[in-house]
Amino acid sequence: MAKKEFHIPELTGHTEVPDIVDGAMAHCRPFVAGAEHQEALGFPGELVEGWEQKAIAKLGELLERNRALRVYLDTCVKCGACADKCHYFLGTGDPKNMPVARQDLLREVYRRYFTLSGRLAPRMVGAKDLTKEVLDDWYTYFHQCSQCRRCSVFCPYGIDTAEISMAAREIMDHIGLGQKYSNEIIAKVHKIGNNLGLPPRALENTLEGLEEDVKEETGVDVRFPLDVEGAEIMLVSPSADFFAEPHVDGLIGYAKVFHQAGVSWTISSHASEAANFAMFIGSYEHMRRIAGRIREAARQLGVRRIVFGECGHAWRAGYSFLNTLAGPWDFLDSRYPVPQHICEFTYDLIGRGALGLDASANDDMTVTYHDSCNVARASRMGEAPGGQFHIPRELIKASVNRFVDMDPETTHGKTFCCGGGGGLLTDDLLELRVKGARPRMQALKEVVEEEGVTHIAAICAICKSQFSTVLPHYGFEMDMTVSLHQLVGNAIRLGAKE
Amino acid sequence: MSYELNGKVIEHDEEGYIVDIEQWSEELANVIAVQEEIEMNDEHWEVVNFLREYYQEYQIAPAVRVLIKAMKKAFGEEKGNNKYMYNLFPYGPAKQACKIAGLPKPTGCI
Repeated sequence: MAKKEFHIPELTGHTEVPDIVDGAMAHCRPFVAGAEHQEALGFPGELVEGWEQKAIAKLGELLERNRALRVYLDTCVKCGACADKCHYFLGTGDPKNMPVARQDLLREVYRRYFTLSGRLAPRMVGAKDLTKEVLDDWYTYFHQCSQCRRCSVFCPYGIDTAEISMAAREIMDHIGLGQKYSNEIIAKVHKIGNNLGLPPRALENTLEGLEEDVKEETGVDVRFPLDVEGAEIMLVSPSADFFAEPHVDGLIGYAKVFHQAGVSWTISSHASEAANFAMFIGSYEHMRRIAGRIREAARQLGVRRIVFGECGHAWRAGYSFLNTLAGPWDFLDSRYPVPQHICEFTYDLIGRGALGLDASANDDMTVTYHDSCNVARASRMGEAPGGQFHIPRELIKASVNRFVDMDPETTHGKTFCCGGGGGLLTDDLLELRVKGARPRMQALKEVVEEEGVTHIAAICAICKSQFSTVLPHYGFEMDMTVSLHQLVGNAIRLGAKE
Repeated sequence: MSYELNGKVIEHDEEGYIVDIEQWSEELANVIAVQEEIEMNDEHWEVVNFLREYYQEYQIAPAVRVLIKAMKKAFGEEKGNNKYMYNLFPYGPAKQACKIAGLPKPTGCI
């Protein structure tokens, strides 16, 4: 059962618009959440009776609560600007993966039940009844959207497909049709505190092991403190940083930065997760509960500052929503941003000359940088506009002698999703993930061949894991992907005095 | 969805992870390994046994790094690295080895 055969797109040169293949990805759907994972979140265990009416009622509720959603559903003029901007369309050729077609899956139903013309003359205005067939399409194609929002950059009206896909998933959860991967994970965070289900004792053991490793490697006692009351900073990091490669190397980098800064810091076993998967399923209630753990931990430990580790959508949830979800944060030190990104923290130290970096430590690498979608398009970093692009690149340049950017059509605000965001980083969607990675892999291949790039750095746990998985499908080594703070960590001169 | 072993039915989830970890046995591990197209040798068993011991203690599979450290100790530098782990378990030491060891699939951004 391990193997599934599918065609892996060739990297031919420039990413072309593919030929359209109707239903090319109709077979590709993630596992449906069973009753156990649904009910843990307060959703019905299976598709409820009268789901049609309940789904329409839920859509009505969302339209009331979220005025932007109604605008997005009303506004599209079918100009086609978005059609060839989605990595999943470019990688699969399935026309339902064109953002406009994806939006239309919900828009048609909206028109039928919530507009006068749709109620009176549905066929004249492309309005559709909510049937089982439509629901199947919702489940399939709203789980082929990584909510990366690249399409909305090109939409003249700024229609945000992510909002539409979040709304659709929220509706489906409420009629008993949830996705296993996301819902199982959210329940784990509520119960244990992180996506992995890593209990405090295991976390403690992991961190002790890292202290030993760093000591062995550098001879320096770099601490990885856990649940230290009264620490200045609480680090909130994706739990993949405690588990996966190359994420752990990033965590080691943060610890070295804190060590050099001479600042007291701690990880919390209660809020041992930066990720907030509730955003992927559009659930405000669960987003609030997950973010609430950060507040509880900060209160309990009496910290003065919160720093987020390398996690893409966590930074969106942190930068854009944390105050609404779990504020006010008036008990923290108001001289610092709440939350602060680890990249901002490190950048500030470098700017003040407080961090000795020896870039030659990374001379075995030529590095490029992948802008993670949620950092690039849904947040900022630092004080100046564009800081979310500038700061990570400056950190790499300070740590590495050879840095190369990829094709500008695939970076900064126009960055391509890694192919695994938005709750799709699951093995049951491997085909989608591999195909959706094609535009990023294409751009990577160019700088590998033309500039001798050996590594691709990222500041998102999903991107890193996705790359580790898909790189070998395109003929690259899996360990080509690195954490940004891994590069910083390699370059730091520990204990050196300026 | 189940494995059959000596006339006994052992339930698993959509991906082949057994539902009740108490039902695991070395024999079952061999059955799962066959489905995964893995021929179990000493090194595979070393990984599986280490995962199970760690799980007993911490209720979760160890981080890849921890596993690699243990393998380094057991088999030396040459086999104690990420690449070698993927040679042993092409679908990832964490996920595929956990499946054979009868442990739940690790979840999250991994």
